[in-house]
Amino acid sequence: MDKSTLQITVKPKDYKSAIKPVWCPGCGDFAVLNAITKALAFIGLPREDVALITGIGCSSRIAAYTSVYGFHGVHGRSLALASGLKAARPELTVLVAGGDGDGLSIGGNHFIHSCRRNMDMTYIIMDNEVYGMTKGQASPTTAPDWTDSKLTPHGTGIRPFQPAGLALTAGASFIARGFTGDPNGLAKILVSAIEHKGFSFVQALSPCPTFRPEQMQWKHHVRAFEAETTSNPIEAAQRIQTDDGMSTGIIFRNEYPVFQPGTGVDAGMGSIESEFTI
Amino acid sequence: MAAFFDFDHESLSAMNSVQTCDISLAVTGSGGAGAITAGELLLSLAGKNNCFGMMRRSFGPQIRGGEAAALIRISHIPVECMNDSFDLLLALDWRNADRFAEEIALRSDSVIIADPAAGEIPVAIRELDVEIIEVPMKALAKEIPAGRPNMVALGLLSHWLGFCGDEAGKLIGQVFASKGEEIIDGSRAAFTAGFTEPLIIEAREAKPRSECGEPVFAGSRWHFNGNQGCGLGAIRGGIRFAAAYPITPASDLLEWLSPRLEQLGGSLVQAEDELASINMVIGASFGGVPSMTATSGPGLSLMTEAMGLAVAAEIPAVVVNVMRGGPSTGIPTKSEQVDLNMALYGLHGDAPHLVLGALDHADCILTTEWSVRLAEALQTVAIVLTDQILAQSTVLIEKPEYQLPEISERAVAEPDEAYQRYEITDSGVSKMAIPGTASSTYVADGLEHTESGKPSTAAADHLAQLEKRSRKIHSFDYGEHWADVRGEGKTALLTWGSTTAAVREAGSRLRAAGHEVKVIALRLLLPASPDKLARELEGVERVLVVEQSHSRQFHLYLRAYYDIQAKTHTLARPGPLPITPAEIVEQIESWS
Repeated sequence: MDKSTLQITVKPKDYKSAIKPVWCPGCGDFAVLNAITKALAFIGLPREDVALITGIGCSSRIAAYTSVYGFHGVHGRSLALASGLKAARPELTVLVAGGDGDGLSIGGNHFIHSCRRNMDMTYIIMDNEVYGMTKGQASPTTAPDWTDSKLTPHGTGIRPFQPAGLALTAGASFIARGFTGDPNGLAKILVSAIEHKGFSFVQALSPCPTFRPEQMQWKHHVRAFEAETTSNPIEAAQRIQTDDGMSTGIIFRNEYPVFQPGTGVDAGMGSIESEFTI
Repeated sequence: MAAFFDFDHESLSAMNSVQTCDISLAVTGSGGAGAITAGELLLSLAGKNNCFGMMRRSFGPQIRGGEAAALIRISHIPVECMNDSFDLLLALDWRNADRFAEEIALRSDSVIIADPAAGEIPVAIRELDVEIIEVPMKALAKEIPAGRPNMVALGLLSHWLGFCGDEAGKLIGQVFASKGEEIIDGSRAAFTAGFTEPLIIEAREAKPRSECGEPVFAGSRWHFNGNQGCGLGAIRGGIRFAAAYPITPASDLLEWLSPRLEQLGGSLVQAEDELASINMVIGASFGGVPSMTATSGPGLSLMTEAMGLAVAAEIPAVVVNVMRGGPSTGIPTKSEQVDLNMALYGLHGDAPHLVLGALDHADCILTTEWSVRLAEALQTVAIVLTDQILAQSTVLIEKPEYQLPEISERAVAEPDEAYQRYEITDSGVSKMAIPGTASSTYVADGLEHTESGKPSTAAADHLAQLEKRSRKIHSFDYGEHWADVRGEGKTALLTWGSTTAAVREAGSRLRAAGHEVKVIALRLLLPASPDKLARELEGVERVLVVEQSHSRQFHLYLRAYYDIQAKTHTLARPGPLPITPAEIVEQIESWS
């Protein structure tokens, strides 16, 4: 495909809908929306051949703000919806997006199994370490000593998940981290993620100005990983474990067998009916 | 040729006057003894001998190695349920035989075939004082290389039933084809040893003979269980994607579908849990492919949230729920009609959807196909209810033929810049754009929405969409398949699901005894058809509601949706033992 010509004909705004987001001013999710539309425009995918599947939460509202096919489902099940869609319609480009609570708490089982299943889709977790839509509760990525939630006034006392590490051990074949303060960098990661054959996991650090205003300082801490992308899971694990979670880039990429059922031809009902005859 | 059921039917006929040449027999044995294999072969042989029949398997709780019983009924006329009691029990051994005592009701004129080497006959059996024919099955098998006692037993029973022995040889060859020549030869020789054993011939000759009439239908038989019936109905209806999470007693339906969907160019995906399987179904259906899953009570509980999504987002989805004893893990290997409440009322919000119940094995095919077509046409969720007894018992019947009303396929949108996914229409059905269709992109949403699909909390939008979703379900013409009605009379037996078979047989017995009885079995449960039932109940003075539920779920459903004027009694009892025709007859005869 000649991307240079397509870039001229399709613009990021062509992938946006006319609906105004519910997000707060300064929310990182605006940048994720921009990064997705930029990536789609760069690759030049026809809108009707893309589906964006989301769960429930602030970030999951993103489906309605794009002009591709979308499905805003129930809380935590976006990956399952997307897996069914991809199984039935292999030719579609399937994107999945949601928050840290949606993907790692209520949807945690689908997350690990989707990594393992390695269907060809891209999953973006917009991580702000908080449940925003329900007005500020701790999520699985929240630090144990965060005491600003009325639900856990002494903090959760529970160590947070490391999403990239979780994805690695669960078998994801593409693992990256981006930052909404660098939407172009995030868009580039998304282009690689979409083009990767298999399950691509992208953690997008996306500050919540309302319930986690201190995250507005992330821009001073975030930097690119020094090392190049590795295909070695042991190196990737080391890199993830020795990092403070603020380094960005494509951490790990490998070619694992892609799960894609339903690619056979229809041989007809005849022999099935005859099985019933004695 | 016709089978000769030269068993003494006098006592049976007195009790059960419409059934002649109708034998119920049980084969029991410890794990690995081959009781089930012998039973399956006997049923197949019955088919080759132009009989009809049914077989239920009963197992102990062990995963492997527990005792097993094949409960078989063979008749020259079609049968859909087990009879009240057993004419013959063949025990390969007596290990844990007491476990089946409740299930295998014997009478004083029943016959037992047992191996004297199997040890002492349990007290409970000896106390029945029935005739016991002792045949050394184990010893006979031992003389034959690769001979097994269960094949000797098959020979004994085939002789007892007057079956053609040649067919057995062929059948053994087919069934054991993968096991090699030695096993096939040994099995055939063991069968012949049983078939020609002087002890059985002598015992048989001592029994009065009453020859059967010609079978009512001499063509080839269909041999299948309810899970397979649902599977066939599903693919006939157009299902090409399924997502699965294993659960007893629905797993074998999913296992049946897996290779067959592949053969049809579709697929089945094993999900990580039921939450995933129902969401995968919805995702695939959103992609334009008719999709289903199958589960049982606990799995249906997990699926209800997503079924609400499918209702709100108007995505066709079919869930076959094979009911088992509940609540919780309950009695997972036995039958009960106890997920009706959940299927009817389990969805959150005002969520109009379809609930259908299959009435018998043949009806598993019809009801599932109809459910798929309705779900597709009405863009909603259809829950199909069957239960363990339908799902896992095998029947031998005439090939089922049925005619479903013409139902339009899923309404699909063409490319359209002004496309509105949830457009308000007279029928309530709006066109669905399938991903890949240019210009008609939209977002399917569980949030309440406007006609275009934009999220909305406006009262007017909520009302308009609620009415749209309700209208498409309630204004649709479901035709005559809402129920299966047989006979006329001032007494009506009203039921649903698998108890229908026992109710129909009770109806036949009551008619033969001079009662005028109408049998009504509801197939379409939601939406309810109060006007149609009212018409069927015109002139009916008393109604007996029959169901297998301790809390009378079906009766309470009738009270909620229908206005039944006639005097009503209920026969509602829990599982795990199936409701018998005799229980139903007794309720009517004692109703004064």
